[in-house]
Amino acid sequence: MFQRNYEAVFILTPVLSDVQMKDTVDKFVNLLKEEGADVINVENWGLKKMAYAIEKKTTGFYVLVEFKADPSLISKFELELRRDEKVMRFLTTVLDKHGVAYAERRRKGEFNKKSETKEEAAK
Amino acid sequence: MTLVNEPINRGEIRKKYCRFKRHGIKYIDYKDPNFLLKFVNEQGKILPRRLTGNSAKYQRKVAQAIKKARHLALLPFVTDGLK
Repeated sequence: MFQRNYEAVFILTPVLSDVQMKDTVDKFVNLLKEEGADVINVENWGLKKMAYAIEKKTTGFYVLVEFKADPSLISKFELELRRDEKVMRFLTTVLDKHGVAYAERRRKGEFNKKSETKEEAAK
Repeated sequence: MTLVNEPINRGEIRKKYCRFKRHGIKYIDYKDPNFLLKFVNEQGKILPRRLTGNSAKYQRKVAQAIKKARHLALLPFVTDGLK
């Protein structure tokens, strides 16, 4: 079956307890797994200060999920994201071959905090 | 505005180049605000090509990445004293 690489970042409201946050993240990851997507990587960026307030809150719990899925699955996934009121905002993007290569290198840790200069973007 | 009889010192005016072509950067990550800050002015507005020196293709990619970052509140829509 034809699968494309996707990357979804979503922000959970900070008022949740750690357990709730973990459950919510697991809920979405399991939703993807059940539907036949293979989840490549899940990253919790944790509580981050946002550039502007969303729903009167200035911090949010950022989660990044990289997965390979059938294109038809995305609408169901996003419907679930919209329905859940703990998710303040989400963005799902498709990854082209350069994006996949970049994500691969990012996972290998080539970019984190090594050097903040130009190369940090992506070779 | 250069006055007519004012000497222009050629040395300072360096030829702008597209950093993406020169360094071979192919993908611009919207999740990394530090890099995107280089293409945004003090108020958080996207800098034009004539200042960043980017080629058209990569300027469009940068603009898209900045808009995605704004959506995710990694970059502000408008602010002052961003840098």
